[in-house]
Amino acid sequence: MSAFKIDAPIFDIDTIVLNTNIHIIVCTGAGGVGKTTAAAALALRAAEHGRKVCVLTIDPARRLAQALGVETLDNTPRRVVGIEQREGSGSLDAMMLDMKRTFDEVVEAHSDPERAQQILENPFYQSLSSSFAGTQEYMAMEKLGQLHAQARSQGTWDLIVVDTPPSRSALDFLDAPARLGSFLDGKFIRILVAPARGASRGIGKLAAVGFGFFTSALSKILGSQVLNDVGAFVTAIDSTFGGFRERADATYALLKDSHTSFVVIAAPEPDALREASYFVERLHADSMPLAGLVLNRVQEVTLAAVSREQALAAVEVLELGDANQKCAAALLELHSERAAMVQRQQDVAARFTSAHPGVPVVTVVALPQDVHDLSGLRAIGELLAD
Amino acid sequence: MVNWSDTALHVVSGKGGSGKTTVAAALAINLARDGKRTLLMEVEGRQGIAQLFDTAPLPYEERRIAIAPGDGEVWAIAVDAEDALVDYLATFYNLGRAGSALRKMGAIDFATTLAPGLRDVLLTGKACELVRRKTKRTANAYDAVVIDAPPTGRIAQFLNVTAQVSSLAKTGPIHRHAEMVMGVISSPQTSVHLVTLLEEMPVQETIDGLYELQRVNLPAGAVFVNMTRNPILDQKQSAKVRKGTLAIKKISEAAIQAGIRQSADVLAAGLLQEANDHVLRADLEARERTRIDELNIPTITLPYLTRGIDLGSLYALAEVMYDEGVR
Repeated sequence: MSAFKIDAPIFDIDTIVLNTNIHIIVCTGAGGVGKTTAAAALALRAAEHGRKVCVLTIDPARRLAQALGVETLDNTPRRVVGIEQREGSGSLDAMMLDMKRTFDEVVEAHSDPERAQQILENPFYQSLSSSFAGTQEYMAMEKLGQLHAQARSQGTWDLIVVDTPPSRSALDFLDAPARLGSFLDGKFIRILVAPARGASRGIGKLAAVGFGFFTSALSKILGSQVLNDVGAFVTAIDSTFGGFRERADATYALLKDSHTSFVVIAAPEPDALREASYFVERLHADSMPLAGLVLNRVQEVTLAAVSREQALAAVEVLELGDANQKCAAALLELHSERAAMVQRQQDVAARFTSAHPGVPVVTVVALPQDVHDLSGLRAIGELLAD
Repeated sequence: MVNWSDTALHVVSGKGGSGKTTVAAALAINLARDGKRTLLMEVEGRQGIAQLFDTAPLPYEERRIAIAPGDGEVWAIAVDAEDALVDYLATFYNLGRAGSALRKMGAIDFATTLAPGLRDVLLTGKACELVRRKTKRTANAYDAVVIDAPPTGRIAQFLNVTAQVSSLAKTGPIHRHAEMVMGVISSPQTSVHLVTLLEEMPVQETIDGLYELQRVNLPAGAVFVNMTRNPILDQKQSAKVRKGTLAIKKISEAAIQAGIRQSADVLAAGLLQEANDHVLRADLEARERTRIDELNIPTITLPYLTRGIDLGSLYALAEVMYDEGVR
């Protein structure tokens, strides 16, 4: 079989998975490219080679979650049973992110019980913690920070593998926490709490007039209750938290650490690779350590020496013949379709590799079936370390 | 055959990677056939429609982006919540210039972040305004509006706007606005379509998505089964592949006689492997197809296009929809 042709350095995931200097691996990419599966496969491989691993998944498919033993959303890492030790004595824990629970825990950890209760019951907090754009990303970062701290202080794990939320854009994982942080710490939300004080301080007279418009329009549209809830929320959290923006920045710094490594996952489709490109450029701009690109679900051509044209010419001769000849025609037609698909995937991949020639790439063949057990994950891990 | 001549609003959702933007675009072309006018609406700020049609990024303004067979026209607009809120304030509060001043300060962005439900009601609200032109028979009315909507996992929440804003406002203008929007969305003039692939996860998400839509009483339209392959092997041939009884030696010899330049052994092994892969995959697809059929909802099957998606293939897909009876 001839492999998928790609002009890039080879990415061997063992260089990060088995590297004890790497403590965090972040798997990122567009939705629907097999990010969660790749994260789980990396984690399993590391564990079976002796590392103590925790994998944080965001939204695994039901059967994969079952295989990892994380169908229940309890926000606590659970030991995965059934791993096969290849070397050393590793372990694998898995958990699924419960963003609301994580937020609640942050609140509880940073305020006295009475005030925590007050915050948890606030209607604005409830919508913030369950349906806010960016909350999932913020909480994924938050959870990563917590797991990392636990790993550090108690020696529970030496590697944390993170799957990222299925955002509109892969960049949201990096940007949303800071955006949400600035929003919660920002000038407008402060003014809602104390309009007069805010108006005289930060925003200037002209803007203050505009803001008068704004608050009145806002309370007309949303109702004054919403603004009251927001005000009460901000007042309640003000004295307890060090600031949302700061928390987000702290975890962000963790991602720049030399013990962290990013793996970008894509499928050989234009949209997925465009996302991957954006992400790679961003990591570079922010000096974040990119390990390589996993190009998932590629089609490999067998019979590379038989061109499409040759196959199609033979099909014309064969399709009017006897049963065997007809069957030969059908099989050659299959071959030509497959060759065309491979060609297209290689063209799309080449666009990425020529723009990012230094990025190591590993390809994973399209598997006929979804992965939902440990042996499936193990097989993917092996393909990745090929 | 599906008759959507009374459907004014088509909401197209699907799992990421299933091709929902492509399907929405092809549907807009197909429905614009024969002198009609359709509008394709983008709500996620991805500029996916502009990329498909190979045009400059779409503004918050209706633009004609393509023609359809028989003098039809396809228009497009990219709606974002900030623009829609300025628009809303201008329409209902005469806050025209103040609105854009607020925007410059970042206040509009703030307001829509403050109330995520507001964001969705503004987006769907804009769609409803466009749809209602048809009822009012204004000159700029569209025969159909097609939304390239958020993915399946979020679609029920996105459309169920009254529930979303009820936690914000129980009375007042935004509440009334949400009820107007809900009136349009839950009426027979709206259809929510889900795009899927014949793979396990997308099909499961489609089933879950339909269940969610039903739970909140939203009208499901059809399932678009996208990127399907031709059954190149017939049933007899497939059965032989499954049983391992294909006369692969004779078949390879026939191929070589017909001009394939490859040694018989290599050719036989290669063809056999490709045949096995194909049948395995076809069987899986058939299984997923059964799960879709059991849903008892109209399905429209679209082919996988080997050359990829470009403007030409949108017309090809629109043609397939027409042949499948989408009117």
